[in-house]
Amino acid sequence: MATKLWASRAASHLRISVFRRGFASVIPDLKYADSHEWVKVDGTSATVGITDHAQDHLGDVVYVELPEVGANVTQGKSFGAVESVKATSDVNSPVSGKVVEVNEELSNSPGLVNGSPYENGWIMKVEMSDAGELTP
Amino acid sequence: MRGGLWQLGQSITRRLAHAEKKVLASRCFASEAELKKTALYDFHVAHGGKMVPFAGWSMPIQYKDSIMDSTLNCRENGSLFDVSHMCGLSLKGKDCIPFLEKLVIGDIAGLAPGTGTLSVFTNEKGGSIDDTVITKVKDDHIYLVVNAGCRDKDLAHIEGHMKSFTSKGGDVSWHIHDERSLLALQGPLAASVLQHLTKEDLSKLYFGHFKILDINGAHCFLTRTGYTGEDGFEISVPSEHALDLAKAILEKSEGKVRLTGLGARDSLRLEAALCLYGNDMEQHITPVEAGLTWAIGKRRRAEGGFLGADVILKQIEEGPKIRRVGFFSSGPPPRSHSEIHNTSGAALGEVTSGGFSPCLKKNISMGYVKSGSHKVGTELKIVIRGKSYDAVITKMPFVPAKYYKPS
Repeated sequence: MATKLWASRAASHLRISVFRRGFASVIPDLKYADSHEWVKVDGTSATVGITDHAQDHLGDVVYVELPEVGANVTQGKSFGAVESVKATSDVNSPVSGKVVEVNEELSNSPGLVNGSPYENGWIMKVEMSDAGELTP
Repeated sequence: MRGGLWQLGQSITRRLAHAEKKVLASRCFASEAELKKTALYDFHVAHGGKMVPFAGWSMPIQYKDSIMDSTLNCRENGSLFDVSHMCGLSLKGKDCIPFLEKLVIGDIAGLAPGTGTLSVFTNEKGGSIDDTVITKVKDDHIYLVVNAGCRDKDLAHIEGHMKSFTSKGGDVSWHIHDERSLLALQGPLAASVLQHLTKEDLSKLYFGHFKILDINGAHCFLTRTGYTGEDGFEISVPSEHALDLAKAILEKSEGKVRLTGLGARDSLRLEAALCLYGNDMEQHITPVEAGLTWAIGKRRRAEGGFLGADVILKQIEEGPKIRRVGFFSSGPPPRSHSEIHNTSGAALGEVTSGGFSPCLKKNISMGYVKSGSHKVGTELKIVIRGKSYDAVITKMPFVPAKYYKPS
């Protein structure tokens, strides 16, 4: 268990220390967190999903644990989970705010996360409480 | 047992390595460079193997095929696994059987020469030190394979008992087959593909049978066994011939038998409801609780004479307090340590292995529940990340076994 603790500590240290600088824009309009989530902002509304790189590493996604509409999410904190055949991974919110919509399609077709990570595989939409959070 | 997406590689590795971690806590710190490599390491890398640390070895968790596709292909066509990290050993000497019978639950004396069985090394309390496949080559030669993650403790255990046995005049010695590699060829095409590479008639070699023979020009130990629930073989081959043999198998199958990694191996064994030592079997779990009472021979039940026999034989008589059972469940796939509750919310036990079944397209898992709540059809709850999901006890194996037996 020691390795696990070490790894978690090192990683959470990295995440905390570099989070704000951890966004990059590769595809226009999308920003990426170091923890492999993407966010697309339209006014104060943010759509969140996981990156192509993340889905590729996870392999076949078999279950997406969605947050509840109305739940509050916090930047850098877990809001749900993605399960593949072998692994369970937390998904962290790139923004803080209130969940206004979740992608119900994923309940029946979790594979959308693999097939269309940036479009049909989106996970949630958040009404942001602090639009300045994403400013580099 | 989970992390963020950034931890993916590690989390997969950790889950699979869970079995080994207690034994190998210190080795988990080994850097990539210190990991042992099998004779096929370069071959794995050349074929796109994603190498991960496993029980002190660098092993492929998957190749280019997804774990889902690899699992399905094994049951449709076939899989070739490199399982050279596992430890094969021979016990020799005229007393090797009475010696081994002190340490395991099986009726080894009662095995016909050239046949084998799954068995368990037990401790004084009746708990499980490791599971193993034991073959009686002949009366003075036993061949067995133990888990990579248990190697050090198993060998220390055997050696300790061997010293006291030989000091009293017993005739037994061992040889650890580090000069050999181990390949597992599994699936419906296994026999026809392997038949191309040997003159021996494999149609007479049934499940559990063993033969020493030439395969692809190399002197091999062949056991008709495996860890997938499919028909298939484990082939112990001198390491200098392992690469040629692996290539020949893939070539003879015309691409249908695919290289398959530890990820799909875990899905396959879970679908077949086979125990993974360290998850489904532990030091404190007896073979009776694990549902392996069938592996305790009739004579052994009458005579005892193995470590922990008093505890185990009493459990057979009175029934164990907990039992390994299988589940179907809704929601996310259960993983080891998910809690099992009855429908009123009272704790019944824990899941020990679980995941999504590529073949059945639903969640399957195994775990231990209190006796009385163990009947097939019993409705339960499995708790995952604080939420309860419906589960039902299901007969095992989840996917029917297809072992090659005489009709």
